[in-house]
Amino acid sequence: MSSAAVTTASASPASDAGKSILARLGAAFVGRLVIIIPYVWLLFFFLIPFVIVFKISLSQTAIAIPPYTPALDFSGGISGFLAQLKQLSLDNYTWLTQDALYFNAYVTSVIIAAVSTVLTLLVGYPIAYGMARAPATIRPTLLMLVILPFWTSFLIRVYAWIGILKPEGLLNQLLLATGVIHQPLIILNTYTAIFIGIVYSYLPFMVLPLYSALEKMDYSLIEAAKDLGCPPTSAFWKITFPLSLPGVIAGCLLVFIPAVGEFVIPDLLGGSQTLMIGKTLWNEFFANRDWPVSSAVAVILLLLLIVPIMLFQRAQARAQEMDR
Amino acid sequence: MKSLGSIRRDFAPWNDPNAKPYIQFDNVTKKFGDFTAVNNLSLTIFEREFFALLGASGCGKSTLLRMLAGFEEPTAGRILLDGQDLRGIPPYRRPVNMMFQSYALFPHMTVENNIAFGLKQDGMPKPEIASRVAEMLKLVKLEQFAKRKPHQLSGGQRQRVALARSVAKRPKVLLLDEPLGALDKKLREETQFELMDLQQNLGLTFVVVTHDQEEAMTMADRIAIIDKGEVMQVATPAEVYEAPGSRFVAGFVGNVNMFEGKIARGEAGSASIDAGNGITIRTDNAGTAGAGTAVTFAIRPEKIKVSSKKPAEAVNAIEGEVYDIAYLGDMTVYHVRLDDGQVVRASTMNAARITEDPLSWNDRAWVSFRPDAGVVLTR
Repeated sequence: MSSAAVTTASASPASDAGKSILARLGAAFVGRLVIIIPYVWLLFFFLIPFVIVFKISLSQTAIAIPPYTPALDFSGGISGFLAQLKQLSLDNYTWLTQDALYFNAYVTSVIIAAVSTVLTLLVGYPIAYGMARAPATIRPTLLMLVILPFWTSFLIRVYAWIGILKPEGLLNQLLLATGVIHQPLIILNTYTAIFIGIVYSYLPFMVLPLYSALEKMDYSLIEAAKDLGCPPTSAFWKITFPLSLPGVIAGCLLVFIPAVGEFVIPDLLGGSQTLMIGKTLWNEFFANRDWPVSSAVAVILLLLLIVPIMLFQRAQARAQEMDR
Repeated sequence: MKSLGSIRRDFAPWNDPNAKPYIQFDNVTKKFGDFTAVNNLSLTIFEREFFALLGASGCGKSTLLRMLAGFEEPTAGRILLDGQDLRGIPPYRRPVNMMFQSYALFPHMTVENNIAFGLKQDGMPKPEIASRVAEMLKLVKLEQFAKRKPHQLSGGQRQRVALARSVAKRPKVLLLDEPLGALDKKLREETQFELMDLQQNLGLTFVVVTHDQEEAMTMADRIAIIDKGEVMQVATPAEVYEAPGSRFVAGFVGNVNMFEGKIARGEAGSASIDAGNGITIRTDNAGTAGAGTAVTFAIRPEKIKVSSKKPAEAVNAIEGEVYDIAYLGDMTVYHVRLDDGQVVRASTMNAARITEDPLSWNDRAWVSFRPDAGVVLTR
């Protein structure tokens, strides 16, 4: 459209007014386009898949391809389609409330994710603080070191932890050899192993937002606090920590949200008895081939996560406001 | 020399041999790695003095201030405050407060809480904090901005909050690091006088770091001119300007014309200086420099008169050609190229609207000055 505007303009230089209107329309269109693209992306890769999942969650399981009914189609015309719609029901959601397994899985997932998030924060904050206070020349190297593990497959890194944590693994060998313990520790296939796995895997998601919040903080604020009679520890809690809060919130949500639905870590490190919603979902989908129930589990999980996601967005908006 | 003293008539403790120094730098050296920021420097500041550390950036003046605040420790030497050695005392236990160049206002706190911060640290009772904060807000005329956050204020308002916060605790000494650096010219001039009033009213000792000589001249009782970590001269603004101790100081503060020469004949402070190319300068301010000494004669532009004819009564008159004229409204600056090629800068107040003796580019002209107008420098 904008190219059309240009040709019109060059073809009839006399009509100045027409040229400017067309050019303006073109510019407005380009402006719109830039805004539209992310919405189109969201429509195709978030909203439509979600509607499909939601529809499946209202269907009944069936021995068919696809393994549920009704599979909406227009072969029966409008009336046939409407008849199919009438078969949809909330039965699967009722089913979820009747079996305590699902409720427990949700609760356990949220608790494990919350504990892991706090642990990640405790480990990540000193790292981010150290990085932000390091000489400016070595900061890029430190950042690289934090990101470097991502260059290896996530699955392989979690597998590696099995080798470290198992009873005859590296950690136990080291502790036994140095005489710290005399019996191997049982870590693998416990919640401890899940915490270790999540903290390890999600640490960069915590460190990076914390680092960016701490790094842009003016160090003279700390000096001002000290100058006004505030000892260093107190200055940390009164100045540094509050100012890094947007980073803390962003980091915590970036860890918490994926950790709730985590499947690989509890499956590999937590053993068979751990009950997390990601594993439940996997079992319903692949072991039981119950697409409708697993879709219902997924929909509930999404609703569960919408609250923290919205908190995340509000924190981001607030951080942006503070930057101005 | 007469009346080159303090602007405040009754305040000149530096001339009183019995006056007790309040802040003392004793042979202080500060090194950062190989770089010597402050080199074996000694300095005395008196109570209730408005003292300025003036120097180009990187001369070590900020380091002096930071050592006083406790953010840096001297590598050698000691700093005394009211007789107490400050070594090893952390910044949060020193009875000094600092106003930072960046203001360093806490962005997550309101104006009120910024000002109250130091008072809360001292465990002052709440009602007292409230009344002190109100007093400070009134002092800097920001009463209606108490609940605002720093990012909702203008540059000038932030500067006032920083000032209020740093004086709220009634420190023994207030340190100001380029306090007016971020303000525009007009606001800076207003604020200079406000700072002086504040210092008078609160009766505090102010140590201000600045690279702006006009700022230092306006506000300070005494100025220390710092270069490469060393004190070049400590004196009142009038002394620094009218009786600079060295070529560096004369050149650093204000504009100056310098003639290199040798004392041809001298007696009891008066001398003739042979400045080469047939130029002889007669001066009353030769001090103790004897005949044959290589000296620099320094004279300020406003003490030189420019005229189209040789003034009959002038002791010193040198001929040249008008090379450049800058009309600045309140005054006119002439650049006159002498016959030996040296350019002399002379400024004339435009006291009348129409000049009686108009000069133009390339006119022949005479520069003349009185024998007591300049100073003779040997360093």
